[in-house]
Amino acid sequence: MSLKAFKRALWVYHLNTGSCNGCDIEILAVLTPRYDVERFGIMLVGSPRHADVLLVTGPVVKQMVPRVKRIYEQTPDPKLVMVVGNCGIEGGVFYESYNLAGPVDQIIPVDVYVPGCPPRPEAIIHSVVMAWVKLEKAEQGVS
Amino acid sequence: MNLLGENIWINGVIIIVGSAVLVFIGGVFGMLYRGIDRKLVAHMQGRVGPPIVQPFRDVQKLLMKESIIPDGAVSWLFTAAPFICLITSALLLLYIPLFGLQALLGGFGDALLIVYLLILPSLAFAVGGFASSSPYATVGAQREMVVLMSYEFPLAVAIVSLGWRIGHVTTQLTPPANPFMFSTIAEYPIWSLVGPLGIIGSLILVFTLLVVTSGKGAKVPFDVAEAETELAGGILVEYSGRNLCLFYLADIIKAFAMSSLVVALFIPYNLSPLVGIGTPVLAGIVDGLFFLVKVFAVMFISMSVIRTAMARFKISQVSWVYIIAMTLISLVGLILIAVDLMV
Repeated sequence: MSLKAFKRALWVYHLNTGSCNGCDIEILAVLTPRYDVERFGIMLVGSPRHADVLLVTGPVVKQMVPRVKRIYEQTPDPKLVMVVGNCGIEGGVFYESYNLAGPVDQIIPVDVYVPGCPPRPEAIIHSVVMAWVKLEKAEQGVS
Repeated sequence: MNLLGENIWINGVIIIVGSAVLVFIGGVFGMLYRGIDRKLVAHMQGRVGPPIVQPFRDVQKLLMKESIIPDGAVSWLFTAAPFICLITSALLLLYIPLFGLQALLGGFGDALLIVYLLILPSLAFAVGGFASSSPYATVGAQREMVVLMSYEFPLAVAIVSLGWRIGHVTTQLTPPANPFMFSTIAEYPIWSLVGPLGIIGSLILVFTLLVVTSGKGAKVPFDVAEAETELAGGILVEYSGRNLCLFYLADIIKAFAMSSLVVALFIPYNLSPLVGIGTPVLAGIVDGLFFLVKVFAVMFISMSVIRTAMARFKISQVSWVYIIAMTLISLVGLILIAVDLMV
C-alpha cells in the first residue's frame, strides 16, 4: 500500500455544477490522444463511487447545492477535490449572480484550484501534479 | 467412492496448494496481460497509454479505498457477490490446462463443465447489480442476463461440435476416450482429423469462440452491462473500494481463463516436441512461454483489436449479433464439419 500506487492511479469523476461547458470541453481535451492523461493512470469514471478525484466545474447554482454535497459524500475516502475554471473559484462571469449559492469551496472542501476561463489542458495536467505534491506533503506530515 | 485416489491426504494438500499457486500465477499474468492490452489499445489510438504495471497500481489503490455499502442495498448479498464472482472465475483456472501442463483438476471435469462454470461469474455479477438497489445497476444486471443468454448458444455449438468431431475418432478406441476431456483434445487436435472443408468449418468455430470471448470479457462492442457513458458503470455503479477491486480481479482472471480455453480447445500444441527438447524442465519452460504467446494472440485478436475497431452495440444489437448472426455462423461451421465427415 504505497502513496505511489494511489497517486499514479487516480480515477476522476467529472461533476458539472452549472458550468458553461467551456471547462468540460477542455477536460475532454486532456483525455484525447494529444494530451492523453491515461499515461499517468488517470481514468474518467462514470460513478462517484469509483472516483478518487472530484473534478468540479462551474459556479454552484442553488439547485446543485444538496447534490454536490451528496456526491462528495458518495465518494469513498481518501479523495481529492479539484476545481477547474474561474467560475468554481470565485464565480467568474457569473460573479454575484442571483442564482448562485457561491463558489465550490463554500460548499465542499477543495484541494486544488485551476484558474482560467477555460484553463488550458496543460494547466489541468499541472494541477494533477500539484495534487501529487499535496499528497506527498500530507504523507510527510502524518509520518 | 474416493475421488482423490489412494493417498487422500497428499492429493488433497497438492490440490489445495496447487490451486493457490495457480490462481496467484493466473492473476499476475492476467493483470500483466490487461496492462499490455491497455498499452496496445492506446498505441492503436495514437496515444502513449498507461504503463504495463497499471493494473497492479489500480488494484493497490482500490484496496486502500473505503468500501461503501449503500443504505438501500441488500448488504449481505452486496458484499457476497464480489467474492462469489472472484472465486468462480478462479475456479475456471483449475479446470483449464495452463502453461502447456495438464489442468490441476483436469481429471474431474471437461470442456462441458467449463461451459457451465462460465455462467457463474456472470450470475454473481448480476446478483451484485440487483442487490445494490441503484436503478442503473438494475438495468445493467438485466442487460448482463440478456447478454449471458445470448452468447450461450454459439458457445455451446462451438464446443459441442468440436467434441462431436473428435468423438468420432476417440470413441472407436479401446478403451474409448471422453472427447471433451482436454487431454483427449490435446492428443487429437481437430486440425489433424478433418479435411479441407472441416478446416474451414473449424476456422468458423474459432471465429465464433473469439467473438464470444469478447462478450464474456465484457469488452467494448459487448460491454452493454457496464456501459460507462450511458449507465455510469452499470452493474458496478454502487461498488467501491475492496468490493470493486474483487470485481476488477475477477474480470481480469475471467479474461485470462477464457483465452486459455480457446487455446486449449483449438491450439493445444506444444512447442517442445517440435523443437526436440527432451529435458523435462527446459521443455516445461519452453511450453509455458509458448502458451503465453498463444494466449496473447487470442487476447490480442478477441479483445484489443475488436475493442479498438468498434463502438458499443445497443443491447438489441448485441442480442441479434449473438442469437442470430453468431448462432447461424457457428451452425454453418458445424455443418461444414459434418459434411467433411461424409465426403
